[in-house]
Amino acid sequence: MGVTALTCRELVELVTDYLEGSLPPTERARFESHLEGCDNCRRYLDQMRQTIHLMGCLSEESLEPQVKTDLLKIFRDWKKR
Amino acid sequence: MLYVPDRAIAEDVAQETWLGVLEGLPRFEGRAALKTWIFRILTNRAKTRGQRESRSIPFSTFWDPEAEPAEPAVPAERFGAPDDPASPGHWALQPTAWNEMPEERFLARETLAQVQRAIEALPPSQREVITLRDLDGWTAEEVCNALELSETNQRVLLHRARAKVRRALESYFEEGK
Repeated sequence: MGVTALTCRELVELVTDYLEGSLPPTERARFESHLEGCDNCRRYLDQMRQTIHLMGCLSEESLEPQVKTDLLKIFRDWKKR
Repeated sequence: MLYVPDRAIAEDVAQETWLGVLEGLPRFEGRAALKTWIFRILTNRAKTRGQRESRSIPFSTFWDPEAEPAEPAVPAERFGAPDDPASPGHWALQPTAWNEMPEERFLARETLAQVQRAIEALPPSQREVITLRDLDGWTAEEVCNALELSETNQRVLLHRARAKVRRALESYFEEGK
């Protein structure tokens, strides 16, 4: 049985499975062979990687100062006990 | 914020959790990862508090994969129609290369603010998964354990969430051109 090629529309729905390493080997091969011949899908995959990278830059979101003060107070009171 | 109605209560819960962690630490046996253990204390307190506010809903009812309509990662109109003889299902409106834009713009504070806003606009279950995975760097397995999700459902939630954040960034970058 011949393996049908993925369309771009199908590929974008498999991007997370691909990045998570959860595509079965044959699906992974289909995915990668489509990518080889498709600039647009390579660009889409890059965009997704860049989106993930940007989210990683958000992780150090700082606490509001008042919240930080409250949490420190709890810690100090707790230590005194 | 998944289990309680507003930010003030969420902050209360965070404080209670902090205290719970300080008190419980001597009894922490290291059977689970520390962050998973802290997360459990947090969700337990949030659920208790949520029940008191009679707003508690189990995680699973936020998201029933069977009940939800399909959400394409990219709107269908971005692709050629299935019966388009030239390019069925291929990009009609092509994605642009973000790495060709100046780094100052890509990594600008405003770009990050857009990402933040896109995440905040997600449905709670998607927001929870993407925050733990992509902001806090948890593994898929840790998220499945902490939220009691199957691997597949974790992946579907992550997929939908990431697709929306990418789309939000794309329209932001397009606007600024």
